Amino acid sequence: MAIPTNVETTFLLGRLNWDAIPKEPIVAVTFVAVVLGGAAMLALLTKYKLWGYLWNEWFTSVDHKKIGIMYMILGLIMFVRGFADAIMMRLQQAIAFNGSEGYLNAHHYDQIFTAHGVIMIFFVAMPFVTGLMNYIVPLQIGARDVSFPFLNNFSFWMTVGGAVIVMASLFVGEFAQTGWLAFPPLSGIAYSPWVGVDYYIWGLQVAGVGTTLSGINLMVTILKMRAPGMTMMKMPVFTWTSFCTNILIVASFPVLTMTLILLTLDRYLGTNFFTNDLGGSPMMYINLIWIWGHPEVYILILPLFGVFSEVTSTFSGKRLFGYTSMVYATVCITVLSYLVWLHHFFTMGSGASVNSFFGITTMIISIPTGAKLFNWLFTMYHGRVRLELPMMWTIAFMLTFTIGGMTGVLLAVPPADFVLHNSLFLIAHFHNVIIGGVLFGLFAAINFWWPKAFGFKLNQFWGKVSFWCWVVGFWVAFMPLYILGLMGVTRRMRVFDDPDLQIWFIVAAFGAVLIAAGIGAMFVQFGVSIWKRNDPAYRDVTGDPWNGRTLEWATSSPPPSYNFAFTPVIHGLDAWAEMKEAGASRPKADYIPIHMPRYTGSGVIIAGLCTVFGMAMIWYIWWLAVVSFLAVVGYSIYHTFNYDRDYYVPADEVREVEIARDRQLAKGV
Amino acid sequence: MSTITQLKAPADYWETEPHHHPEGASTNIGFWVYLMSDCLMFAVLFATYGVLHGNLAAGPGPKDLFDLELVAINTAMLLFSSITYGFAMLRMARGDQAGTLKWLAITLFFGLCFLAIELYEFAHLIHEGAGPQRSAFLSAFFTLVGTHGLHVTFGSIWLVTLMVQVKKFGLTSANQRRLMCLSLFWHFLDLIWIGVFTVVYLLGVI
Repeated sequence: MAIPTNVETTFLLGRLNWDAIPKEPIVAVTFVAVVLGGAAMLALLTKYKLWGYLWNEWFTSVDHKKIGIMYMILGLIMFVRGFADAIMMRLQQAIAFNGSEGYLNAHHYDQIFTAHGVIMIFFVAMPFVTGLMNYIVPLQIGARDVSFPFLNNFSFWMTVGGAVIVMASLFVGEFAQTGWLAFPPLSGIAYSPWVGVDYYIWGLQVAGVGTTLSGINLMVTILKMRAPGMTMMKMPVFTWTSFCTNILIVASFPVLTMTLILLTLDRYLGTNFFTNDLGGSPMMYINLIWIWGHPEVYILILPLFGVFSEVTSTFSGKRLFGYTSMVYATVCITVLSYLVWLHHFFTMGSGASVNSFFGITTMIISIPTGAKLFNWLFTMYHGRVRLELPMMWTIAFMLTFTIGGMTGVLLAVPPADFVLHNSLFLIAHFHNVIIGGVLFGLFAAINFWWPKAFGFKLNQFWGKVSFWCWVVGFWVAFMPLYILGLMGVTRRMRVFDDPDLQIWFIVAAFGAVLIAAGIGAMFVQFGVSIWKRNDPAYRDVTGDPWNGRTLEWATSSPPPSYNFAFTPVIHGLDAWAEMKEAGASRPKADYIPIHMPRYTGSGVIIAGLCTVFGMAMIWYIWWLAVVSFLAVVGYSIYHTFNYDRDYYVPADEVREVEIARDRQLAKGV
Repeated sequence: MSTITQLKAPADYWETEPHHHPEGASTNIGFWVYLMSDCLMFAVLFATYGVLHGNLAAGPGPKDLFDLELVAINTAMLLFSSITYGFAMLRMARGDQAGTLKWLAITLFFGLCFLAIELYEFAHLIHEGAGPQRSAFLSAFFTLVGTHGLHVTFGSIWLVTLMVQVKKFGLTSANQRRLMCLSLFWHFLDLIWIGVFTVVYLLGVI
């Protein structure tokens, strides 16, 4: 099945023409709002002459801390988009009863549930997690930057490029209507002939390059850049879980990339990998994509397990209980995550023995995960627990995630899965673990490390408002879905016949509104805190506002570009706690020049060209695809001719920064 | 309630002398990790070929299509290019810039011969009506072999770039590191080809 010949294309614009602009009122109004908002922002940036600042200090930065913050901002922006999709779905399902079609037509609704999943996983959870690891890991291991700083910048901009492609689909053309993993044959050219699936493919491919490279980068950073004395078993737990996550990224994203390439070949060249005819096998796509997809859920959750470990031990004022078992549990989960993919489709019909194998391996994963939970509980036991916001999120996680884990074990039983497959029970389960685990963990992390990144704490009151709205909202929004799922309601439905179901959808929609209030409160929390940042109650002059235990708290908040004026030497676990006890918090010696990488614009430029290439491929603008592809290769080669990539921060400059810090510390005491 | 038993002297917790990471110390392992990720891409293609190679859709199969003699010549070209790359690295270790460039040029020649033969084979198959659209088997065949060929193509572009850079800037430590990475890449492609040769061609014809 090749490309349909009835598609009208022009040489200049491919299949892009006036008809490609959606004219539905909802989309059109959003479009106008975005254009006006965007224009206003650009005008403000120009008026206050911020372009030079943004370009020189942020966009071209190879500083892992700035890149980490940019990842977090990207995640936050995309989170708003992904949540808008969620609330539209909840509203549609709450009203589409008794003959009502709701307010979304099928074409629009199907794009929304696809976009929601794609955006939340690839452009919210992934940037959040990557940003967090980028910011924290080098500080925790006492390094000055990652192993490949330029690659880090490039990876970030590739992720942005993917996000831009996905966002463009809202206003030009359409997005996929296939669900977030684009299963064939629906995602094949025969059933999805227009640009939706192509947007999906190229958005993920451009971002996927960034993710893979950033995985290699962080993995090598942890292997090679640890401070002297920090053996593997002296690494902080967050660094350990990040290490395992990056191994998973490197060992699974290539599978996603190749699977999507095969789908691309089916769509563009008419090959027969996943088609229904000429020997193709759609189920092979589903196997391949879940071989990536299951490790992916552990890519998301493992770093947050690390966060919970750091938070629990810091706010209990104790060493983490069972450090070694925590590390081994993490490694076990890493390995096991590759042995369970088939539980996503027990209904494929692979027979009792195969299903039993994957059912059992799935249940086994709950053992190391359970061990982790007990470790956290035992850390709190006999600890002096401070109920600050990060700790509150951690406790909410323990309660919520455990329930989600248990419904997961239910789904791991193949006969039960035959009943619950593709039902709202499944939807409730994975939101239970992703919101209760990944998102709650991110909120714990944001409240925990914000003072480190910006030098002031977050407002408590609005943080608590956000916390309660979120936690209660989550339960109200998703418990009805468990019930509906048990009653047999399948996912991705647009209209319903049975009026008895409506009340549950109304309750769920109410929960979504509560969550929206939680998100709103979080933005208020950020705003109030930024507004009052110089207030002594918010300001962190010590660099160690929580009485932390790991090395990131040994430097100032925010840390200088070079992180540490002198390299720390590690003798045991919880290096910073030990330093404080030994009275070794500030070294006194002559400052020395520090070797640092130079900023470069190449990352932005190459990623920009890749994005253009993606757009050209989506719209069949072949000349532009060729030109942009050659430009990517050409510019990359040109970049390699630049050998001047680093410089020394002079000792005088280091001295100035450190003396200012001495003064600040003296004032703080 | 300290759990830390032995504290050191405060001075033992900071390194006050310049801390030196040898330049490019991470490059080698970083490139290895990249190669392993690339290896996984090929693993997917091998698995796909393994699953689909019998799905001929009433079209031609391996026995009808593959010309082992041509493939043997092709394999020889790639293996020669690996040996000559090795010679280039030996020259590099001796600091012999002209010798390095000479052997790199010979490597490039063999690489291009390999690509030319592969393109000829592909053109021939398509001409016979056995193109990648004909059956799932042929889709998997063209993609596996073609992906390897694309890698050789990019390796060749990289090789030319490095030759220019060595000519222009000499065998500096940065350039030696780059040649080392390309060397890993080139031998890695050789290894993949051994897999392709065995799994696709030999097992196909037996």
